[in-house]
Amino acid sequence: MSQAQKGDWVQIYQVILPVGERAPQVPAETAGVPLEMWVKGFLEEEQAQVGTDVTIRSLAGRLLQGQLVAIKPDYEVNYGFPQPELLTIGVELRAILEGNGNV
Amino acid sequence: MSNTSYQAVITRKPEIIKKATNIDYAAFESGEIGFDYERMMSQVAYSLNKIRQIQQETGVGNTPLLELKNITALARQLAGPGKGARIFIKDEACNPSGSFKARRASVSVYHAKQHGYKGVVAATSGNFGAAIASQAAMRGLKSIIVQEVFDSRGIGQPEILEKGRACEAYGAEVIQMTVGPELFYQFLLVLEQTGYFNASLYTPFSICGIETLGTEIAEQTLLATGRKPDAVVVTHAGGGNVTGTARGLQRAGCESSQIVAASVDLKGLHMASDIDFNRKSFTTGHTGFGMPFATSPDRADVPRNAARPLRYMDRYVTITQGEVFYVTEMLAMLEGLERGPAGNTSLTAAFVMAQHMERDEVIVVQETEYTGAGKHPSPQLSFAKKNGIEVRRGNPIENVPGKAIIIPEHPGQINIKDINLGRVRQSYLRNALGSVGTGALHPQDIEFLAAETRLEAAIVEKKVRELQANL
Repeated sequence: MSQAQKGDWVQIYQVILPVGERAPQVPAETAGVPLEMWVKGFLEEEQAQVGTDVTIRSLAGRLLQGQLVAIKPDYEVNYGFPQPELLTIGVELRAILEGNGNV
Repeated sequence: MSNTSYQAVITRKPEIIKKATNIDYAAFESGEIGFDYERMMSQVAYSLNKIRQIQQETGVGNTPLLELKNITALARQLAGPGKGARIFIKDEACNPSGSFKARRASVSVYHAKQHGYKGVVAATSGNFGAAIASQAAMRGLKSIIVQEVFDSRGIGQPEILEKGRACEAYGAEVIQMTVGPELFYQFLLVLEQTGYFNASLYTPFSICGIETLGTEIAEQTLLATGRKPDAVVVTHAGGGNVTGTARGLQRAGCESSQIVAASVDLKGLHMASDIDFNRKSFTTGHTGFGMPFATSPDRADVPRNAARPLRYMDRYVTITQGEVFYVTEMLAMLEGLERGPAGNTSLTAAFVMAQHMERDEVIVVQETEYTGAGKHPSPQLSFAKKNGIEVRRGNPIENVPGKAIIIPEHPGQINIKDINLGRVRQSYLRNALGSVGTGALHPQDIEFLAAETRLEAAIVEKKVRELQANL
């Protein structure tokens, strides 16, 4: 889906400082990339295509402009994969506590 | 409309900050660098009773102090004869937003509301954002949180992404930025455009809000054990946690409790580096904040930082990322408390310290934090592996920040490394003299530096002379 409707929860994007305008104290690898920003909110326009400039109303009620980059953006966070390096720690510690482990 | 270029906004910083905090910091300054910290705290911050009332109104504080009996038993098995202090933990995850940061946010948001501000703004990638958003929701103010989240590939730390989600859950506008200190520019712009209150982590309001954590620890420890805490371990980043907790303990008559600051060792990783940013697993409670804020506290988003950790820490220790993940598992598996890893930095240090203390002594870990998707060892280690970090069981001495996370094979391998506070104080003095150069200092400057470093005035004068001779 690349078209958003008015009131949809969307994400906008802006370049805040392009390369060449970064603060003088940042290391080279940071100075070589732009400072970018993303904000989410409700689309103000009747309809808009991803990639176009739009206005949103943020949760704080502010009107903000930027390029539409996502519609109903995913939160991404999850619990990842079970970690074999961690899974056995509980059993090992119990064994030590119960006198069956290697102290 | 005023000029919104980077330079123009940074130039307007003093007036923007003044309007957004309503504190006349100059009234507490004297000499070249002198600053009457205690007078600022007594005149600007609220009284302990008032803070308690403010926090009670929004359900902050009065969290349980839990004895970690199984972890204490484990520490005693590893310790020498007669050794192994009782370990207690202050379960700060029970605060409304899931961390002790609710204490910091509570007073700032109350103050903002009292003074007619319509909203609050905070620059933070951590638990403080959720705390501000939660407190603002309770008191009917708007909130805006500015976060450093992504590297230039658009990849975000899972822990920070989770905190951003939590901020939105409490109704905050979240401004997500890529890596760089210019986040502060965006923060100033937002303050200027909205006229909202600067809910900085570093105002007297924020620091006094933590003092109740210290007084509660004193009262609850006495009630549970019949004695004052012998040591209190505090996860150290920007310095507020150490400062506020220690001030609260002092108010409650615990002047002799040892204050131990603990940070995850991230030596060698540059905090403003687009590449290093995602090579760490801990986004707070680490030396990347802990060292600079101890040696140069006035680097904050207010002219004078109310968090002055060097005045309060009796000892400063570091541990490794792998050790904290291990102890996070220990807390869940042995004590039935699943809590976020960053808050367990101080527990890791306490587990080691307890083994060197007497059995009748008491060591208190002063916080836990909530855990959840992204903010948990498994997503953080999944993320580390995806970013090319080696993760394996082994001896933690093989840990290399940004390269290898070593999960101990045995609890006896967990260790703490002491940071030489004498050297930290020397760095502090060198930084403090930075703006003075070889110029003469006034008596109030020396008095200030003596209070900051806990050194005799005569020793400060001697060190200042030596440092200035080398300039």
